[in-house]
Amino acid sequence: MSPKLPPQPHVQHSTTAVADGQSHAHPAPPKGILRWLLTTNHKEIGSLYLIFSLTMFFVGGIFALVVRAELFQPGLQLVQPEFFNQMTTMHGLIMVFAAVMPAFTGLANWMIPLQIGAPDMALPRLNNFSFWLLPVAFTLLLSTLLMPGGGPNFGWTFYAPLSTNYAPPSTTFFILSLHLAGISSILGAINIIATILNMRAPGMRLMDMPLFVWTWLITAFLLIAVMPVLAAVITMMLMDINFGTSFFNAAGGGDPVLFQHLFWTFGHPEVYIMILPAFGIVSAIIPTFARKPLFGYASMVYATAAIAFLSFLVWAHHMFVVGMPLVAELFFMYTTMLIAVPTGVKVFNWVTTLFRGSISFESPMLFALAFVVLFTIGGFSGLMLAIAPADFQYHDTYFVVAHFHYVLVPGAIFAIMAGVYYWLPKWTGHYPNERLAQWHFWFSIIGVNLTFFPMHFAGLAGMPRRIPDYALQFADFNLLSSIGAFFFGASQLLFVLGIILCVRGGKKAPAKAWEGAEDLEWTVPCPAPLHTFETPPVFHRTSH
Amino acid sequence: MESREQNQVGVRRTVIRTMAVLVGMFAFAFALVPLYDVFCQITGINGKVDATAQSIVHEEVDESRYINVQFITRGSPGLPWQMSVEMHQMSVHPGQTAEVDFTFTNNSHKESWGQAVPSVSPSNATRHLRKVSCFCFEEQQLQGNERLTIPLVFQLARDLPADINTITLVYTLYPIERAIQTASLNNIINHGVKNDPKNEAKNNNAAGETI
Repeated sequence: MSPKLPPQPHVQHSTTAVADGQSHAHPAPPKGILRWLLTTNHKEIGSLYLIFSLTMFFVGGIFALVVRAELFQPGLQLVQPEFFNQMTTMHGLIMVFAAVMPAFTGLANWMIPLQIGAPDMALPRLNNFSFWLLPVAFTLLLSTLLMPGGGPNFGWTFYAPLSTNYAPPSTTFFILSLHLAGISSILGAINIIATILNMRAPGMRLMDMPLFVWTWLITAFLLIAVMPVLAAVITMMLMDINFGTSFFNAAGGGDPVLFQHLFWTFGHPEVYIMILPAFGIVSAIIPTFARKPLFGYASMVYATAAIAFLSFLVWAHHMFVVGMPLVAELFFMYTTMLIAVPTGVKVFNWVTTLFRGSISFESPMLFALAFVVLFTIGGFSGLMLAIAPADFQYHDTYFVVAHFHYVLVPGAIFAIMAGVYYWLPKWTGHYPNERLAQWHFWFSIIGVNLTFFPMHFAGLAGMPRRIPDYALQFADFNLLSSIGAFFFGASQLLFVLGIILCVRGGKKAPAKAWEGAEDLEWTVPCPAPLHTFETPPVFHRTSH
Repeated sequence: MESREQNQVGVRRTVIRTMAVLVGMFAFAFALVPLYDVFCQITGINGKVDATAQSIVHEEVDESRYINVQFITRGSPGLPWQMSVEMHQMSVHPGQTAEVDFTFTNNSHKESWGQAVPSVSPSNATRHLRKVSCFCFEEQQLQGNERLTIPLVFQLARDLPADINTITLVYTLYPIERAIQTASLNNIINHGVKNDPKNEAKNNNAAGETI
C-alpha cells in the first residue's frame, strides 16, 4: 500500500522540478505525426486510445454485419462457411481486445489523473509504448485475413486442438498479435496501479477515490493476474504448432481439456475486466444526474473487490459439458450464483441513489440508466446459464450469444458511450449536441434489443452458435436480429457525428459542466489544459 | 519537491511488485500443466486410466446389478490402421471378470507402430475399472496388411457407485514415430513411470554415470 501522504500546503516548485520538465516551462511539442508518436501526455494518449478503440469498434462491427447478413436467411447466400468462421472469430477478438479494453484504458488515461489530482500517469513513456503496441498488434491480426488459408477461424476462445492441429497457417501471427496486445494491457495496468497508489492528491485516502478509479484499480490487478496466463496459454499453443510439443495434443500425452481450464482461468476474470470499469463510469454518472451522493460507497468498493475475487473461482462454468464430476459442477454452479450477490448490491445501490433524487435525463444519464436495466437482464440470463443441468441445454446455443451480448453491448459499450458523453465537455470544452445524442440513444436502444432479444428465443429453441446456416424454424428470429444489427450499426454513425461536431464546436462548457458533478476533474477548466494539477490540489473530503 | 521524490520511490516499488506478480503468474500457468496431470491422476476425474496391469480381485459378484459397458474405437490421421471390436456393448455384473476381443488391421503395405489410448466415461468410473490385460499398455507393431486380435480383460469393482449404469470405453489409435524413440512418449502416456523397471534401470545408469 502507498504511504499516506500528509496534507501539504502549496509549495513553490524547486529548481529540480523545473529541470525535470515538470513545471510550467514545457518544451514545445514536436509538430505533426511525431507529436502523436512521441507524446507522453496522459490526455493525448487517452485520446489516441479512444480514437483507436472507436475505429476498431467499426471494424469489428463490420465483421458482425457480415455474420448477420449471412444469417439474414437460412441457407448460404453471401459467404462460405470458412470465411463465416473467420468473421465470427475476428469479430470477437477485435471487439474484446481492440475495442472494449482500449476504450477503458483510454478513459483511465484521461480521467484517472484528473480524478485523483495527479499531473500525469506515473510512467508516461511506458504509457506511450503501451498504446503504440496496439496498432501494431491489430494490423498484424487483421492482416491474417489476407494470408493463404485465411485468418483465425476457431472462435475467439481458440480452443485447442482446433487452434493448433487443425488451425490455418496464419495462427502463429495470431499468437504474436495477441502477445503484443497482452503486453500492452499489462503495461497499461502497471501504469494505472502505480499512478493510483502513489500519485493521489495530498489528503485523498483510498476510500476517498471516485469509484471509476477504484474499479480501475481492481481491474488492473485482475489484468496483472490473468494476462500472464493468457500469454502462457498462447505460448504453449505456439510450441505445440511449431516446436512439436504436446501440451494440448492427446496423441503426445497432452490434454485438450487442459486448454479449456487454462483459457478460462484467464477468460473469466477477463469478462470482469470488461465490466468493472463500466460499473465505475455508471457510479459516477448516476449520482451526478440524480443530484445525490452515491448510495453505499463503501459497499460498492467491497462488492467490486468481491466480484474480482469470485471471478477466479468460477472458470469451469464455461465447461459444464466437458464431462466434469458432479461435485465440480455443483461447486462451479454455486460459486457462479454467488457472484449475483455483490452484483445485486451494486444494482441496489444505483437504484437507491436514484430514489427521491432530482433526476434529469441528459444523454449520459440515459445511457447509464439503460446500462442498469439491460445489464441486469444480461445478469439474469447469466444466472440461468449458471444452472449446470440447464446449461447442458443452453451450451453453445444462441442463448449464450444473447447473454454475453447483453452484458457487453448495452453493458460495457453503453457505459463507455455514457462516459464519452459525460466527459466530452471536459475533453473538448463543448457540450455534445444533445438532440443528436438523444437520437443516438433511442436508435441504439431499439437496435440493441431488436438484435439480441430474439437470440434468447432462438437459443432456447436450440439454434447452435457459430454456424452459417440454420433450420427453417429459426428464420423469423434471425430476420429480426439481422434487421436490428444493421439498424444498430448504422445508428452508431450518429455517435461519430456527435463526437466530430463536439470537437469542432458547440455550446461552451464551464469547468463544472454538469450541475451535480462533484469529483476533482470538474475543478479544472473545460477543455482541460494539456497540463493540469502540476501543484497538487487541496482535496476536500465530501461525505460518501 | 519532497513528495515528488517520495512518489518516485513508491512508483518504483509498485512496478517491482507488479512485475514479480506477472512473472509468478506466467510461471504458475506453466506449473499448472504438471499439476493438472497430478490432480487428475489422484482424483481420476479426466477419465485417464492407469496404464499398468492390475490383478483380479476376488470378490463376490453382485448379480443384482447389470452394467452396460460400451466400446468405441477411433482412428487418427497419420496411422492407416483400423481398429474394431467384437461387440460394441456387453452387460456385466460388478465383480465379474469379462473379456472382449479387439482387432487391429494395418491397411497399408508398410510396417508401422501405434498405440491405443483409452478414455473412460463417466470419469468417476475410472477408478472402479480394473484392467487385467490390455493392448493399451503397450505399443503395437503391425507389418504391412497384418491383422492382429488382442483381448481386453477387465473387471468392474463391486464398489462401483450406484448411479453408474453405463460405462463407455473409448480407444483412440495414435501413431508412434519410432524415430523419436518411444521413451519420452511412453512416459507421458504411462503415468506409472516409477513402476517401470526398464526406466528405473535407465535412471540408475544415469545416476551412476554422474557419480
